[in-house]
Amino acid sequence: MGPKSCCCLFTGVGACGGEQMSTKTMEKVIVAMQDPDMGMKMRNQRLLITVIPHAMTGRDIIDWLIQKYSICEEEALHLGGMLVRYGYIYPLKEPRSLVLRADESPYPIYLAKKNIRKQGELMEYEKERYSLLHKRINHTWDFVVMQAREQLRASKQRRKADRIVLECQEQAYWLINRPPVCLLSLCVCIWLPCFQIEICRRALGRNRVKSSICLEGFVKYSEQYQNHDPIMQGCLPSNPWISDDTAHWTMNTDIVPTPTRLRVERWSFSFMELLNDSIGRREFMTYLEKEFSAENLCFWQACEEIRHGESSKIIEKVEEVYKNFLAPGAARWVNIDSKTMDKTLEGIKRPHRFVMDDAQMHIYFLMKKDSYPRYLKSDLYKNMLAKAIVPQETKKSVFPFMRRQRHSSPSPAQAITQATEEDGRAKGAGQAAGTNSAGGSQV
Amino acid sequence: MAAEKAEMDALKKECDALRTQIEAARKAVNDSSMSAASGGATAVGRVQLKLRKTLKGHLAKIYAMHWSADSRQMVSASQDGKLLVWDTFTGNKLVAVPLKSAWVMSVAFAPSGNLVASGGLDNICTVYNIKAASPKTLRELDAHTGYLSCCRFLSDTEILTASGDTTCCLWDLETGKQKVIFTNHIGDCMSLALSSDMNTFISGACDSLAKLWDVREGACKQTFSGHTSDINAISFFPSGNAVITGSDDCTCKMYDLRADQEVIGYQDTNLNAGVTSLALSSSGRLIFAGYDDFNCHIWDSLKGEKVGVLSGHDNRVSCTGVPADGMGVCTGSWDSFLKLWN
Repeated sequence: MGPKSCCCLFTGVGACGGEQMSTKTMEKVIVAMQDPDMGMKMRNQRLLITVIPHAMTGRDIIDWLIQKYSICEEEALHLGGMLVRYGYIYPLKEPRSLVLRADESPYPIYLAKKNIRKQGELMEYEKERYSLLHKRINHTWDFVVMQAREQLRASKQRRKADRIVLECQEQAYWLINRPPVCLLSLCVCIWLPCFQIEICRRALGRNRVKSSICLEGFVKYSEQYQNHDPIMQGCLPSNPWISDDTAHWTMNTDIVPTPTRLRVERWSFSFMELLNDSIGRREFMTYLEKEFSAENLCFWQACEEIRHGESSKIIEKVEEVYKNFLAPGAARWVNIDSKTMDKTLEGIKRPHRFVMDDAQMHIYFLMKKDSYPRYLKSDLYKNMLAKAIVPQETKKSVFPFMRRQRHSSPSPAQAITQATEEDGRAKGAGQAAGTNSAGGSQV
Repeated sequence: MAAEKAEMDALKKECDALRTQIEAARKAVNDSSMSAASGGATAVGRVQLKLRKTLKGHLAKIYAMHWSADSRQMVSASQDGKLLVWDTFTGNKLVAVPLKSAWVMSVAFAPSGNLVASGGLDNICTVYNIKAASPKTLRELDAHTGYLSCCRFLSDTEILTASGDTTCCLWDLETGKQKVIFTNHIGDCMSLALSSDMNTFISGACDSLAKLWDVREGACKQTFSGHTSDINAISFFPSGNAVITGSDDCTCKMYDLRADQEVIGYQDTNLNAGVTSLALSSSGRLIFAGYDDFNCHIWDSLKGEKVGVLSGHDNRVSCTGVPADGMGVCTGSWDSFLKLWN
């Protein structure tokens, strides 16, 4: 599946920043390619109606690499791609030709030529530089444009084959010497054994948890959420897809006067479940207010807004957060350890989306370890659980006898558990449910 | 020349030695098997889901679908050149988005419900505002040098894409520029899935590897191997601690992130069709995997057994999805229909 073709490597010379690659190795490969005896066999290649001399096909390169270095096709494809990206080989639409020496025209003339030749063909980063250069060397700009036009006119005299080759050489040259602005992530030549070794060393050093513990986690999770999984256990009052009744959705919208029992139970499964639920968060805030530590949740929420909000508002939001929560004597000062505080204050000088991450994480864990477990034991939570709605199952009025069988032979254990729960609910007290939910908070 | 080859060989030897050590480290923590751990769990029995709705409207193969966060709307993409936004409850088509390029391979719904994105053989991820009077193109994200196989929104301002050029990319929708490029795969990236806290994501590629990435740093944090062919589908287990993959080698696998290895495989000697897509029920207990044999087979994720099948499509099941509220499962097929089951 998927077009794993050669052509995707050779269509874009997308160099990524001047990272010090293992150019020595690549150069060795290129030199080897040109060896008269063991190197690549080059021949004339057709490009539409033009014939390019001394060129080779992508397939030839791959085959040669496989045979010479005893590597597999995938590795050869990747090496080939790297050689192209770093300009050692450059493509000519279909056939390709080998770079021997790059053209020496200065950068602004090159950009001007490209701009004239095909209006609007400049890449984004090239456009930016073009206007930057224009501003900087405005006084000589006419000269630049004139030179560009001259060079273009002269090149028209050449044979089309030579012209194509030279244009591509030039493009490759400038891609190496004036690469596009480095993106935040660097392009690593991962297939090369030396880089693979580094990756392996790092992988070896990682912490691994015993599989027995991990597996137990999955089993526990599935069991805990089974009642909350409509496909496994059905849902109350009914599954809208089956009954065509939207009551379930209505009862479970974001903000309702009284949430359902299952929903309130989920708040006890993990701290994130509580925080992700609007009503849960509101209840938790009420609890924190009683304990005079509501500023923690307010701070956490403000940090979330910075992380996920519009870029343009980041600076003003960071200012707000500093004023309200971090500045000495702030109205809702949050208790962060000095190391994190110093780091955050330093970062605020140059605010960005993730500047509050460390402080937010600190407060998150503070709430999770301290306030959250106490909330679950509080009367506030227990009352919420007690008055939560347990919807009555809607009997299908049209075909009352069509009780959908999900399991043709339900396990007796399941039937017993269900019966016990129903009794518990009928009693109405939060006791039975209380013991269930207090056990096993998710990490 | 001989010296070069010798150098390469020595490096390869060192690399292989390290890989052996990693395998040993993984074996050392592998003190249990999923069958042992799940021995006490109640059996699921035979899972028989009924077809509840069939959504008709596309005129050609459906390649992708994605649920909205409201669990009611859903967007589907077909090579008839249209995206359709459905109200799955009523079966009505709410919005039809005509595509510039009909060769679409992926579609995504933003969590806010305001935006949808699609892309395919045009190498471009196009983002549309569907809340406008008529769907408006918000951004055309054009920098991949290969087809767009998958896309997922983090918010209305950020989107992740996976491409046949072997990279994944995080884009800033406010500027339309690439923020982070994730390079490490050596085969076409076919699928990606975002963790619930949006700090990490996983990708599956034609190099038969699944990789875990840090969204902010752009680094590959973990790699999982084991499949013998292209990985076409990938998803997180709802707890966030495991990754489920589906592959052309006709199997699905679960990899645990903390134990750093495969913990269980889902295969059947009678099943000789590749896996095209997968989705999990909300508790993670059931895996719905779409196959080339026109069916969607249901697996018990803990016991590793096949517990059911969704038959009804007349062609390959190309996409599967379970909504956030877990109400049921939707399958989309090359037969141009979407079916809802539970």
